[in-house]
Amino acid sequence: MSVLIETEKLTRVLPETVPVTLVKDITLTIDEKEFVAVTGPSGSGKSSLLYLLGLLDRPTSGTLRIGGRDAAPMNERERAQTRLSTLGFVFQFHFLLPEFTARENVEIPMRKLGRLARPEMRERAGELLSSLGLGEHLDKRPDQLSGGQRQRVAVARSLANDPPLILADEPTGNLDSKSSEQVFTILKSLVHERGKTVVAVTHDLDMAARMDRRIHIVDGKIE
Amino acid sequence: MPLIFDIAVTHIAGRGRQTLVAVIGVAVGVGFSIAMAALMQGGQDDFVRQLVDTMPHVDITDEQRTARHQPAENAFETVAISGLRPRDDRRGIINPTAATSWLEGWIPGRFAASLKTQGVVRYSSREVSAAIIGVDPQHEPGVSPVVGNFVKGSFSALAAGGNNVLIGDTMANRLGAGFGDTITAVSSQGLTRNFKIAGLFHTGTTARDEGEAYVLLKNAQILSARPNAINEIRIKLDDPNRAPAVAHRAEAELGYKAVAWQEANESILEALVVRNVIMYTVVGAIMLVAGFGIYNIVSTITHEKARDIAIMKSLGFPEADMRQLFLLEGVAIGAAGSALGWLLGFSMVYALSLVRFEIAATGQEMTRLPIAWSLIHYIVASAFALGSAAVAGYLPARRAARLNPVDIIRGAT
Repeated sequence: MSVLIETEKLTRVLPETVPVTLVKDITLTIDEKEFVAVTGPSGSGKSSLLYLLGLLDRPTSGTLRIGGRDAAPMNERERAQTRLSTLGFVFQFHFLLPEFTARENVEIPMRKLGRLARPEMRERAGELLSSLGLGEHLDKRPDQLSGGQRQRVAVARSLANDPPLILADEPTGNLDSKSSEQVFTILKSLVHERGKTVVAVTHDLDMAARMDRRIHIVDGKIE
Repeated sequence: MPLIFDIAVTHIAGRGRQTLVAVIGVAVGVGFSIAMAALMQGGQDDFVRQLVDTMPHVDITDEQRTARHQPAENAFETVAISGLRPRDDRRGIINPTAATSWLEGWIPGRFAASLKTQGVVRYSSREVSAAIIGVDPQHEPGVSPVVGNFVKGSFSALAAGGNNVLIGDTMANRLGAGFGDTITAVSSQGLTRNFKIAGLFHTGTTARDEGEAYVLLKNAQILSARPNAINEIRIKLDDPNRAPAVAHRAEAELGYKAVAWQEANESILEALVVRNVIMYTVVGAIMLVAGFGIYNIVSTITHEKARDIAIMKSLGFPEADMRQLFLLEGVAIGAAGSALGWLLGFSMVYALSLVRFEIAATGQEMTRLPIAWSLIHYIVASAFALGSAAVAGYLPARRAARLNPVDIIRGAT
């Protein structure tokens, strides 16, 4: 098993008048095909850690390697390209583009990457959505879907470019228990059936307990 | 780029009402700029046209600008001459045939020679002083301001020969005479001759309608006892702007005072410069206000899309793409608004051109609003709209694109 993410003393401090430390001295490694739960109380910095791992935020100090590549010297364009090809995000709120249909939302990352031809993208988007039980809702816009369905579209979108790593920020935090269960099952199958690595931030300890590995964060540090 | 283009189109099409409002906002700005520019420019042009049309572009008279050079000045170095009186020369412009045939050779326009004399027009016991102008009915229509303004009769009545006179309607009223009546003209020489009123004109210029009487050149020469004399050559040019050059050349060759219309109306032209400044200020201000309106609308849309920018950035779109996207959306709204604005501006200008006025009391009557149809107005207005729409799309997008998506994602509800 090869190492997907490696961090060393990762620290992020917000440069306010009174500096706020979000995460401090995080050293961890995440391998391929892992199902990791990041847990901790509110404001402990678990989401901030996820954003750092996802190259959405830059660390104040420490090193981060993604797929063996150091993220520090990357410029904005390279970071965007890395997000596009090797990372998939699922947020607490679905964050779909409201003007586009479910299928178009899934197609957008593929079109940006441009690895496939248009008909193939269309087909792949349809397949992804169907495999998540949304085969009948391909051409509906987000406002015509339920919360659980939207979140599943978001999962499909995160899988669009077939990235090895999915980062999920409270993916079930906004859903009822039935939909939560559905989304959790999907995430689990991503790891066990598709061989992805899923890192999910959650405050739901029951759910965390059902994952393969748990990272508990308190006050920005791993406990 | 096609993907960005696609997203821009979907964004614009997906928010129909907002897009419509933005496009209408731009269109109103563009349309009103065009209409105001057309009105201001039209008023300006109309003013100049009235000035240029009612008078000859170059007026050559039998006067000289400086007193005649005296032989004594040639012979001695220090000569002071005082009390010099102009020579009583009743011949007017010397050798008129040579002068007119010379002018014929190169003038880019038309001209007519005439003899103008001061006199009195009398009808029964009423008298009105008048400039009695002897004209050549063949050439006069090319330069005359009265030809097209006849209320009764026509200019061709002069060509028929005989003792006919054409006077303004105001003069006829003051005399109490009407069409077909016979009036008496008395020249400053004391000679008297009877004329039949063969035409009444109304130009709108009081001085002309009340103070000018047109007769045949021959009759004017007899009346003023100046056989074969002319004392004025009036020139109309195809291009009025060439008047100063033509006047200069004519004066250098003929030796007589030749006045271009620009020289004759120097003070009015100075006032026109001020008017121009006012016009450009007003039109510029309207465009500026319209530009701010456009900026407002487009930047509001862009701000509302800050969340989409964060989403797309998190998906892996670089900042440059986001700037391009909203620049594109701004330009698209600006372009659509410009096109609609042209239509709106054109209709408004057309509607304004249909407005009628009747102003007879001042002596000057204007029946239509003066409108200038100029493509430049349209181009400038839409260039301004496109520019401000592009800036309005670009600036907020640049800020939003620079923003860390995390800040927006965290703040989302």
